[in-house]
Amino acid sequence: MRAQTAVQIREPYFTKVFKPVVFALALLPLALLGWGVWQDTLGANPIETITRSLGEWTLRFLLLTLLLSTLRRATGWVQGIRLRRMLGLFAFFYGVLHFLSYLWLDQFFDWAEIWYDIVERPFITVGMLAFVLMTPLALTSFKAAIRKLGRNWQRLHTLIYPLAVLGVLHFWWLADSKARTEVPLIYAVLLAILLGERLWRWSVPRFSKTPVTH
Amino acid sequence: MLIKRPFDLTDNDVTDNDVTDYTLYQRRRDFLKTLGGIALIGASGLPLSAAAKSAFSTDEEQTPFDDITTYNNFYEFGTDKSDPAQYASIMKTSPWSVTVDGECAKPGKLNLEDILKPHSKEDRIYRLRCVEGWSMVIPWLGFPLADLLKRFEPTSKAKYVSFETLFDPEQMPGQKRNVLDWPYAEGLRMDEAMHPLSFIATGLYGKDLLNQNGAPLRLVVPWKYGFKSIKSIVRISFVEEQPDTSWGRSAPGEYGFYSNVNPEVDHPRWSQRKERRIGEFRKRDTLMFNGYAEQVASLYSGLDLRKNY
Repeated sequence: MRAQTAVQIREPYFTKVFKPVVFALALLPLALLGWGVWQDTLGANPIETITRSLGEWTLRFLLLTLLLSTLRRATGWVQGIRLRRMLGLFAFFYGVLHFLSYLWLDQFFDWAEIWYDIVERPFITVGMLAFVLMTPLALTSFKAAIRKLGRNWQRLHTLIYPLAVLGVLHFWWLADSKARTEVPLIYAVLLAILLGERLWRWSVPRFSKTPVTH
Repeated sequence: MLIKRPFDLTDNDVTDNDVTDYTLYQRRRDFLKTLGGIALIGASGLPLSAAAKSAFSTDEEQTPFDDITTYNNFYEFGTDKSDPAQYASIMKTSPWSVTVDGECAKPGKLNLEDILKPHSKEDRIYRLRCVEGWSMVIPWLGFPLADLLKRFEPTSKAKYVSFETLFDPEQMPGQKRNVLDWPYAEGLRMDEAMHPLSFIATGLYGKDLLNQNGAPLRLVVPWKYGFKSIKSIVRISFVEEQPDTSWGRSAPGEYGFYSNVNPEVDHPRWSQRKERRIGEFRKRDTLMFNGYAEQVASLYSGLDLRKNY
């Protein structure tokens, strides 16, 4: 399937207006949480609200990052790719805040309890692993690293697939058997669509080269 | 540090609500100041109730009314903590009746007025520990469960007592979804039910219970995780065998029949060693039987609490 040509945003507007607006919008969730703390509107358990909200925004930015390449292939909107690094870094940014809110607000740097949590609780283990996998991606996101790593950069950054799966699993296991899996299910479905699209594009040309034998 | 200020107990002009607002204010300031990196000021230790307290009551700082009534697990109205406060007003609590059946001499269907009539209400300030790792201190109003159960004259065959919540998806929209086995069912061993700490609450903070807290009458078992304290009771059955519970059916590996608060026995998905008291910044250690070990530990002598979690 050939990509249709989508409407492109005129160049000066893209860099001077569109991109900064996306940047500002990406900071909005943090600003709203800050406002909520200030105005005391985060409910009876603000720490839980903050930690969960930051975690969800991490997942949302991960999915948005994955969406950009899918959009390009589906609509031909190539400019979107130039937002990918920014949104990916925002995923990491919210991931770091989520991690910090767990360490500080939730556990108050009680390292024994944190270690116990990582070892004993599968959903914490998985979340921590996703965070660890995100770190090299964020650290190699600048131009010099991209040039230096060459083809390996691409290989390294395919880590986004397993880490996004781990992120969704982390959310799923947190909610599991408390019958609150509707929201994690939405993330799982969206991720399945985004990964399924890649799998489909990757497998279709291969299948078409060799006749189906079964 | 808990700073206790003497409080004029004869000053009845100060209502619970006046003081609650102050605590809420204080709590928010604590949280903001801590977040801002400013030293945590000592939590206010003002005793909140001027009413006579039961010997079982704790004098710990009470959780603000607004928190107790907006942060609830009551899946009949939705699985979010804010859902019950938002939707529970749909439920009609008048008229209300309770069916009593099973191994007892005086079964029957009683309307709420007849249930309540013989009992004089008392305050019970209890700790409540949720299995999710948070806790509150709630000034309930009600009467001992034992006093209610004795009226039905349970026979010697009654080894357990089971309870059911209303099942009516029109009044409880959360029941339209299959998240739990409706109606919500819970149970106690007979000696647990007859223990003087087991309580039927009809109010909190001196007011009638709001629907999200289990109006018109609910169970309170303070040494067990909160979900054992069934809300909006419509059936009480005296039975010979250990009854099924909704959570036990849904996830038996996570929610045992006893569900005693026990920092030594983890929930499979989270540790039970610590808890966050709603309104506080730092977690605190969870106490065995939620701090009621002195009163209830003897109920479980000879029972393996790891197996019978």
